[in-house]
Formats: sequence, C-alpha cells, structure tokens
Amino acid sequence: MSTTEHSEYIDSETGKLGMWLFLFTELFLFGGLFIVYAVMRSKYSEDFHHAALELNAFIGATNTVVLLVSSMTVAMSLTAIQKNQSGKAVGLIFITLLLAGIFMVNKYFEWGHKIGLHLYPGSDVMKTLPHGEIMFFGLYFMMTGLHLLHVIIGGILLTIVMLRLRSGKINYEHYLLHENGALYWHLVDLIWIFLFPLLYLIT
Amino acid sequence: MKNHEDHISSYTLNLKVLLILLILTTISILAVKMHLGTFTVTLALIIASVKVTVVLTYFMHLKFENLLLRLMVGGVFLLFAIVIVITFIDYYFR
Repeated sequence: MSTTEHSEYIDSETGKLGMWLFLFTELFLFGGLFIVYAVMRSKYSEDFHHAALELNAFIGATNTVVLLVSSMTVAMSLTAIQKNQSGKAVGLIFITLLLAGIFMVNKYFEWGHKIGLHLYPGSDVMKTLPHGEIMFFGLYFMMTGLHLLHVIIGGILLTIVMLRLRSGKINYEHYLLHENGALYWHLVDLIWIFLFPLLYLIT
Repeated sequence: MKNHEDHISSYTLNLKVLLILLILTTISILAVKMHLGTFTVTLALIIASVKVTVVLTYFMHLKFENLLLRLMVGGVFLLFAIVIVITFIDYYFR
C-alpha cells in the first residue's frame, strides 16, 4: 500500500475572504456600541460634553498617532515579505508590536488616572453624577476596554506571525497568515480612528 | 501554492498614506479648537470617514483587490448606516 503524500493546498484568495467576513462581524460588534453612543449622546448632549472634559485629548491624540504609524509598519512588513525580505518583515512587525506596547502603556496611565479619581463604572463618585455622565463613562470604559482587548489579541496574532516569519513558515510564497494578521491590526486602527473623535474631541 | 500575482504596495506608498492620515488627524484636532459649535462633530466624523476610507483602500489593500470584496465592504458600511438611520427614526418618533 503506498502512502499518498499530503500536499498542502492553500487557497489564499478564499482565506483572505474568510478573514474579511470575520472583520465584518467585528465591525458590527463595535458598530453596535457606536449606535448606543449615538443615541445616548443625542439624548444627553450636555452631560456628554461635560463628562468628556475629564478625558485627556493629548493622550488620545498620541494613541491615534501611535496606531496610525503601527498600521504603516505592519503594511510595510507585508511589502517586505512579498519582496522576499523576511528580515525586514520581522523587524517591521517588531516595531509594530513596540507601538502596540506604547499604546497599552498610555492606556494604563489614562485609565489609572481615572480610577484614581474614583471615576469608574459602579464607583461611589460615579453614582453621584448625572445620568448622562454615567452613560458617557460607561461607554468610554466599555468601548476603549473592548478596543484594548482587540489590541492585545492583535499583538498576540502578530507575535505568532513574527515567529513564523523567523522560522520560515511564512515566506514570500506563503504569507496568508501574515496578510490576515495585518488586516486584523488595521481593523484595530480603524476602530480607534472613529473612537478618538467621538470620545476625545467633543466640544 | 503561491499567492497569485498580488499587487505589492511600495514602501513609499505606505509612507505617503501615513502622512495623509497624520495630516487629516491634525486637521480634526485643530477643528475642535476653532469652536465651530455643533458642526465640529459633523466635521470630525467626516474626517474620520475619510481616514477610514484611506486605511481600507491602501493599507488594507482594497484598491487592489477584486470587485466582490470591495462591494462587500461597501455593502457592510451601507448596512451599518441604514441601521443607524432606522435606530434614530425609531428613537425620535417614540
């Protein structure tokens, strides 16, 4: 009895399409929260404006820049592997991960400051605030928290991509995982592009 | 199996896209300082939409993907817009 050699058939077009379908579900996950935000904001516009003053627009802007640059570096890492420059690809993913780390550190300080002021869902101070402000902070923590979770997941995914680049499992002929990981990271950036003005730039 | 002849975005293209995104971000921050009142939100959202389109088109490679994918992405955003409109119609006429 002869053994048939298992040949790996990777349909990268369909694999990419599958990733996009998943991204659509993520868009609706955050989209749902954006809808809640929209309705609550139209209902409590004064409270939202007042509560938003607590937010530090500088940290928000810094995080925006950090994520935009990280989107570029991950896109560049894809360019690199397509050009068979796997060393550069690894380096660029590493930079992307560093930027992700900076984002997380910023978030730590930002949330830490608020929690230090007893501004978190369910706190004693929170209970004294007007209802609209409670809504704002609830949405703030929920949306940035869920986003942070996606930053962490994206970071783990890109770390796996980086390790596989180093081992050669991802190369200029097979880079579907790299492409999909980059797409996920761009989604993280997309969500923040909308979060930033809605939470930090309210007048 | 090699990915079929994928378009490769140059490093320069990626850099240019980042610069455009940074400029748009700066504009949206400055717009807040200009105290345009209620229009600020609309402007901020318009700029955010432009940024999202730029990221989708270039970083996420949609410009160089097949039409089906572009239609699907467009369809998803259209669907989301419809859901928001219907939500507000419901909410305001209660």
